[in-house]
Amino acid sequence: MLLSIENLTVEIAEKEVLQDINLEIDHGETHVLFGKNGSGKTTLLMTIMGFSGCRIVRGRILFKEKDITQLPINERAKMGIGMSFQRPPTIRGLKVNDLVNTFNNNGEQTIEQIVHNLHFSEFMERDINLGFSGGEIKKSELLQLIVQNPELILLDEPESGVDLENIKVIGKVIKKLLQKNLRRQRFKSGLVITHTGLILNYLEADRGHLMLNGRIICEGNPREMFETIQNHGYEECVRCQR
Amino acid sequence: MSTITEKAEAALQKKAPYGSDVDLGDYQCDAVSHEYDPHLSRFSEGEKEHIAEVGILPSREERAGSFVLKDHSPVHCSIGQEGVELLPMSDAREKYNNLLRDYLWKAVDVGTDKYTAQTALVSHNGYFIRINPGTKSLYPIQACLYISGEGIAQNVHNMVIAEEGSELHIITGCTTAPHLKKGLHVGVSEFYIKKGATVTSTMLHNWGEEIIVRPRTSVWVEEGATFMSNYVCMKPVRSVQMYPSVRLMGKNAVARLNTIVIATRGSDLDIGGRVSLEAPGARAEVISRAITTGGTIIARGLLIGQVAHVKAHLECSGLILSDEGHIRAIPELDGWVAGVEMSHEAAVGRISLEEIEYLMSRGLSEEEATALIVRGFLNVKMEGLPGELQEKIEKIVNETGKSVF
Repeated sequence: MLLSIENLTVEIAEKEVLQDINLEIDHGETHVLFGKNGSGKTTLLMTIMGFSGCRIVRGRILFKEKDITQLPINERAKMGIGMSFQRPPTIRGLKVNDLVNTFNNNGEQTIEQIVHNLHFSEFMERDINLGFSGGEIKKSELLQLIVQNPELILLDEPESGVDLENIKVIGKVIKKLLQKNLRRQRFKSGLVITHTGLILNYLEADRGHLMLNGRIICEGNPREMFETIQNHGYEECVRCQR
Repeated sequence: MSTITEKAEAALQKKAPYGSDVDLGDYQCDAVSHEYDPHLSRFSEGEKEHIAEVGILPSREERAGSFVLKDHSPVHCSIGQEGVELLPMSDAREKYNNLLRDYLWKAVDVGTDKYTAQTALVSHNGYFIRINPGTKSLYPIQACLYISGEGIAQNVHNMVIAEEGSELHIITGCTTAPHLKKGLHVGVSEFYIKKGATVTSTMLHNWGEEIIVRPRTSVWVEEGATFMSNYVCMKPVRSVQMYPSVRLMGKNAVARLNTIVIATRGSDLDIGGRVSLEAPGARAEVISRAITTGGTIIARGLLIGQVAHVKAHLECSGLILSDEGHIRAIPELDGWVAGVEMSHEAAVGRISLEEIEYLMSRGLSEEEATALIVRGFLNVKMEGLPGELQEKIEKIVNETGKSVF
């Protein structure tokens, strides 16, 4: 198993945000997280990544069979966990180009190729996220992820704020990032948050999970789950699983 | 001239409104004279490296002219481009006695404080630069103000006259001999930038830990002319207090002032810039980036909008990287009429944890992440710098980013 989360309870600012989460993602699998705003999806991703604001009260996280619950963020990143943020911070003066060149771990493609595929060349000399549109932020995040080349890819709403034309570009890049073009020997895994479901067309996701009030309350086929949510709302999805 | 002397004598005890007060009697106004050095070959290898750190190339390659003032002696003065004149101030006063009456102590008031007063009464030379109308200097002029005598005062008076439509870049590198402990540098600089001319003034400071520095700069900018200033001080110094003043006197005159300073423990920096917008279409931008790793910084900025249809922005950002450090940002906007458009941003604080953790999620250690953020913070676009100087500043910025731990 690539990632195992066991009985995880997490607090933010002394308030319990995640309760008793259990989740397993195997090598090559892509899982999708559904849930209303504020249900705890982003917190789960940030806890897996190791952000200090997410305090683990109980439970543990195993990555590649190793307990990483107490590991610092950068050690987790080095082990192969990477995240695309929904609202990353702006860092004034730090150019995208300078940043990605500090952690290039992609042996297959050059940074130039990745930038070209993302149609992102004109932003390389811009300050990270300064004045970026929604779509530009997502592209910058994906660029960093591809350069970082992690095994477990955490995507927080990769399509939010992206126009339809660019969803295609981003979708294709994510598909490649998750090695969906490989039928065999796929080892990259994903955990993806989506509200619109538009990205599902590119993910070939294996499993869906629905979060409500900090708990994972049901699991199933991601496309069927999304259809239910789309047609009847989150409550119906909850009811149907009961 | 007698009026200037009288005004100076009257101001000899006048304390400056900002910065710690300095007892001028603690510093000697006499210094050993140094021989003229026509090829800048008398500097030791160590000294050459030292002055190169502040942008002064002893080879004089890619420089339109070079001037070196060692203590009180102008030890070198050479010019390599027609239409550009570079002289020690003492020579200029003899050669242009009449002309200088229209400029000397016009932009800077001799009675500003005791430092200007002392410089008027006991001047230790300085540089005089004049560029002919329409002449564009191909390379920068480099001027080195160097103190090697222990405990001396170096009172410098510089003047720059850029005639109409000319373009000039001056690099002023100020430094001391590595062994030097005590010293005082007072630098009065008067800039007259005529119609349509552009002057870029880049000043790099690398003083010793116990050196006191009191520059007094004033700039007059005429119609359609531009003044750009870059000031960098990232090495330890006891005290710097400067508040250069720029008057945008003609229509569409432009000023851009960039400042990057780092105060290490024991350093006391009171820096800033003041721009008075006095004609329609005038524009100004004053940007400072201040970091303390234990020292004290007061970052001032003042924009004065005197007429309508002027636009200006002021930015004072400070990063505190040590519990011992202190930064006070004082941005001020002074609007006198309707129709001025002036704004400011000021921020002082620590590096945000969110930014550090974001970079750590890419695999960078906390130290590496902090260094990158510091580097970004100091990354102010300085226009018109020669490549090697840009690289030098970037190198200092990189080293600073790495050395904050």
